Amino acid sequence: MKFDVIIGLEVHAQLQTNTKIFCGCATDFTPDSPNVRTCPVCLGLPGALPVLNQRAFELAVIAALGLRCQIAPFTKWDRKQYFYPDLPKGYQISQYDLPFSFSGLVEIPADPAVAGEENALRQVRIIRAHLEDDAGKNVHDESGRGSDSQVDLNRAGTPLVEIVTEPDLRSAREARLLLEEIRLLLLYLGVSDCNMQEGNLRCDANINLHIHHDSGLTTKTPIVEIKNLNSFRFLEQACEYEIDRQLKTYGTMTEIHDRTKRTYGFDPARGITFEQRSKEEAADYRYFPDPDLVPVTVTREQVAHWETLVPERPQDRRRRYHSAMGLTPYDASVIIEQGRPFADFFENIVAHGADPKQAANWLTQDIQRILNERKCGINEFPVPAELVGLILAKVSEKSLTLKAAREALDLLVERSEEQSVSAATLDQIIQERGLAIVQDDSLLKEIIQKVIEKNPKPVADYLGGKPAAAGSLLGQVMREARGADPQVVKGLVTAALDALKFADS
Amino acid sequence: MNQTSPQSATLPPEEVAKIARLARLKLSSDELTLYSRQIGQILDFMNVLREVDTSGIEPMVSAVPCENIFREDIVIESLPRKTVLANAPRTDGKFFLVPNILG
Repeated sequence: MKFDVIIGLEVHAQLQTNTKIFCGCATDFTPDSPNVRTCPVCLGLPGALPVLNQRAFELAVIAALGLRCQIAPFTKWDRKQYFYPDLPKGYQISQYDLPFSFSGLVEIPADPAVAGEENALRQVRIIRAHLEDDAGKNVHDESGRGSDSQVDLNRAGTPLVEIVTEPDLRSAREARLLLEEIRLLLLYLGVSDCNMQEGNLRCDANINLHIHHDSGLTTKTPIVEIKNLNSFRFLEQACEYEIDRQLKTYGTMTEIHDRTKRTYGFDPARGITFEQRSKEEAADYRYFPDPDLVPVTVTREQVAHWETLVPERPQDRRRRYHSAMGLTPYDASVIIEQGRPFADFFENIVAHGADPKQAANWLTQDIQRILNERKCGINEFPVPAELVGLILAKVSEKSLTLKAAREALDLLVERSEEQSVSAATLDQIIQERGLAIVQDDSLLKEIIQKVIEKNPKPVADYLGGKPAAAGSLLGQVMREARGADPQVVKGLVTAALDALKFADS
Repeated sequence: MNQTSPQSATLPPEEVAKIARLARLKLSSDELTLYSRQIGQILDFMNVLREVDTSGIEPMVSAVPCENIFREDIVIESLPRKTVLANAPRTDGKFFLVPNILG
């Protein structure tokens, strides 16, 4: 049986503001102190008046511009009405028919299993991004004894941007890739910390199947919305399970009468989706314009200004690292997925003369190892990117071997404990340790001659037909001539020994 | 009054029951009948208003003649928890307590 998977996402991201969207309560994460971040506005007390947080609006616009959305010149606020214990107002303030932004686009790698080829791209259209307030948090009694649920309203009124995609995704894997790409984008834009453990990024997935029967007939399964997925893995698992379930339920039906959209939840413990609301209770939100809030108008000049605040998108960086710097797409992704400070550090190294591939290797291996050892992020790395770039530039111009360069980096990290390190510190280290490649062959030849004279036994062994004996001589020369290029030394030692061989014969 | 004339529309009682359910209101059958008629009268009046030609007029989205009212992103002290929970029907001193919510 052939079928197409049709998935669209609704992504909710908490905006990085100090205060809530319509009141001055702080938005810091305070799970251990419930109900200490509320006021008459976010409690929905009679007579309280909401006022829009300007920063929340600006961050939302930057998010939308990052998603390549259009910004509406006029936008307003609507009440979405439903009852739930975590919603004290009895309605959510959201945007219904005039969202502040619409018509965006995000590109992700297409799932090869669906696209039929490697390296294809999937264009995912964004229908809209709008602003709304978050609900509080319910803590359920999980003992099964049916005790009371607890409600914490600290989170109620936190600003969220909701991003709604067209159903352009064709597999569970693509759904995951899109959420990952949106998270990365929002992080680079600096509009959300996207902390999924704290619930600051979560999504709903709308899924159905177009089943192509052998008779040529196509049936469409009813759309299921899986709510509140708060990890990449859960999103992928939930979609996979749901695709399978719909296929089993509807696969052989040639007619599907009931096309009602259903709301499902995902149980991560059992790895299954389950129906949440029955049809009779289907949501009827009765949206209407919120009379407590006034519309927002946006000028072209403002949009032009906000455009300047949108940094290069991760997607564009990835492309540039590949095409302009020659990194493999994989290496480019590894660096970019470490976050903007990490990628900026990389670019800084390259800007100071490092070969991009070398810089990528160093960052993801040597420097990452040091960061892991010190349990810190790139922002706390004690050696400035300029200096790392300088070291690698010396490798490129063959005045340091890669091994000597590593030693220099380790020493710089060590010295940074006592002093701030600079190019002068680097020169000092290279000098002290004799790390510079010895360019002068006559000096090397002198050392080799000395070593040969002092070591008659290995020399005799070598000449007697044991090439391995050259190894110990090589080691001694390297110790004497610190920083010499091992390849050059090897060549010179072999040449000196072979000269002896011919002299003997 | 001619609103109660036989021509006056009523909103079907099942519609009224649905609205009541969405608003979590419990209505007696007498109330259902009463509101069917009264809401019908309101809808009648809306139909009168609908006769006005509004072509070319932008829908009004706000009754307040102003736009772009913002506040700065500056923290204002929240209410003390004790005050917040003072009117809660039930509380454990930290949370609002509500009947067990399933899933």
